[in-house]
Amino acid sequence: MVPVDYYIILSAFLFVIGVIGVIISRNLIIMFISIEIMLNAANLAIMAFSRHLKLMDGHVFVFLVMTVAAAEAAVGLAIIIAIFRGRESVDADALNLMKW
Amino acid sequence: MPQLTAAINLKIIMPELMLLVAAFIILLAAPLTRKRIISPALSLIAVMVSLYFVIVSWNQQETGYFDMVVCDNFCLFCKLIFLLTCGTAVLVSRDYLARRGIDRPEYYALMLISTAGMMVMVSSSNLMVIFLGLEIMSMPLYVLAGFMRSNLKSIESSAKYFFMGAFASAFLLYGIALVYGGTGTTDLRQIFMSSGIALQKSQLYLMIGAAMILIGFAFKIASFPFHMWVPDVYEGAPTPVTAFFSIAPKAAGVAALLRIFMIGFGTVHAEFAPLFWILAFLTMTVGNLLALMQDNVKRMLAYSSIAHAGYLLIAVTAGIDEAISGALFYLLAYGFFNMGAFAILIIIENKSGGSNHIDTFKGLASRHPWLSVFLALFMFSLAGFPPTAGFFGKFYLFSAAIKAGLVWLVVLAVMNSLISVFYYLRPIKAAFFDHPDEDEDIRKPVVGPMVAVALFITISGTLLLGIFPGYILKLATSSVFMIL
Repeated sequence: MVPVDYYIILSAFLFVIGVIGVIISRNLIIMFISIEIMLNAANLAIMAFSRHLKLMDGHVFVFLVMTVAAAEAAVGLAIIIAIFRGRESVDADALNLMKW
Repeated sequence: MPQLTAAINLKIIMPELMLLVAAFIILLAAPLTRKRIISPALSLIAVMVSLYFVIVSWNQQETGYFDMVVCDNFCLFCKLIFLLTCGTAVLVSRDYLARRGIDRPEYYALMLISTAGMMVMVSSSNLMVIFLGLEIMSMPLYVLAGFMRSNLKSIESSAKYFFMGAFASAFLLYGIALVYGGTGTTDLRQIFMSSGIALQKSQLYLMIGAAMILIGFAFKIASFPFHMWVPDVYEGAPTPVTAFFSIAPKAAGVAALLRIFMIGFGTVHAEFAPLFWILAFLTMTVGNLLALMQDNVKRMLAYSSIAHAGYLLIAVTAGIDEAISGALFYLLAYGFFNMGAFAILIIIENKSGGSNHIDTFKGLASRHPWLSVFLALFMFSLAGFPPTAGFFGKFYLFSAAIKAGLVWLVVLAVMNSLISVFYYLRPIKAAFFDHPDEDEDIRKPVVGPMVAVALFITISGTLLLGIFPGYILKLATSSVFMIL
């Protein structure tokens, strides 16, 4: 059996990839997908822990997280479409009407 | 193993249920009627019914849904804050929305769903349910921020809020996953019990998980260094929405943070205390210093809300019972006076046609003396002058922190409050001592009946908490000792 640590290292890698994607990408769609990768990294970790600890509740949490991710996709894509309608671009640098 | 009979307990989720039912009725009734007044009226009724259920379940300790939902005085006090904020936000919304042609029923439904999410968030001692509540709270807020669909600023604010919020949620979720791995449970009391005897590796998972959960909440309550999105989001969103989410999600975040770090991570709280100390200090300082430079009152209030998040973090740093009751009192007081300040901002904005610049306050005292007196009251309360609610909020919070031995943090917080006086006095100066520009139209700002009710509630709340703080403090104290 593959030790649980391997899964956790993989999920940590995925999470970091997601974080880097959100920070350096300038395209809203890619930023959005990166956030989904972060959520799925968490899913992988929950699943691995659940199997390792022989608990069932982790399996249910994964379904809850998938539901949340779906709802987030609905809202997020709607917002991205609204931005595209307004400025014909999905570039994060275009969000510059307000500056601190 | 909990009894199966204890699984379903409708009584303890009645307040949430009422709001959700009303939200769906509003959505369903929307196409059937042309009367625009129905949706705000229904939402107000729902808020009042929900308030009734909160009041009748006071002092009744109950759990349900396999211990995933708890009903203690702590969560009931928080629910009171959310309902007051939601109700007053609905009251101030209608005129504002009608003037911009966005008076759609979905607005009220989204606000109710978001409030229900906050209630779920504070009334659970299970990390997973807290996460779900946080998402139910956040999703409608992302949409509400961009409710002025044709306004580019509003959509930009919505996008920034969405990306920051979703990013933060992912951190929170990963933290929960690690805590689950470290302790084998997501229930806060069981985390507390197992964290004392955990193995070294589990302890590592627990610490990293707690840190990531803290990052997630720091985004939500706009703590330094995760505060950059706040001014932009607050400026672009419709003003009643800004009023709503400068108070309610912050209160929900602080309440959940208190519950998580007091109960679940009680064993590691000592290690996190220095971190909270630094976060509290930097959050209030950055908020106050940046607020000094703002000419836009809405943006100034956004930075001021960051500073208030800093004051609230003092309570999390202190971590004693008095600090928790102080934080609850402060949140209720903050709900009243911040909502009041925004109500006046909305009245002025309705008149000026969308501008929040400080110049729009010029000469308000000669045109509408009462409104400027109220403005002064709210600003004094925000700054923390007696005899307003803001003074006692700060007083209880700071004295609890001194009791916990955080003398230097309190000294810095008091200095911060002094800085904040400067910018809170600027709108008052503009209203009372500046003359309006020549081309300024001299019409009186119109105070509609619903806004007037909201003003009445916020003013009486601000004054009552300032003159008779003892009763509410007693309620707040009784909420702490009954945390499940």
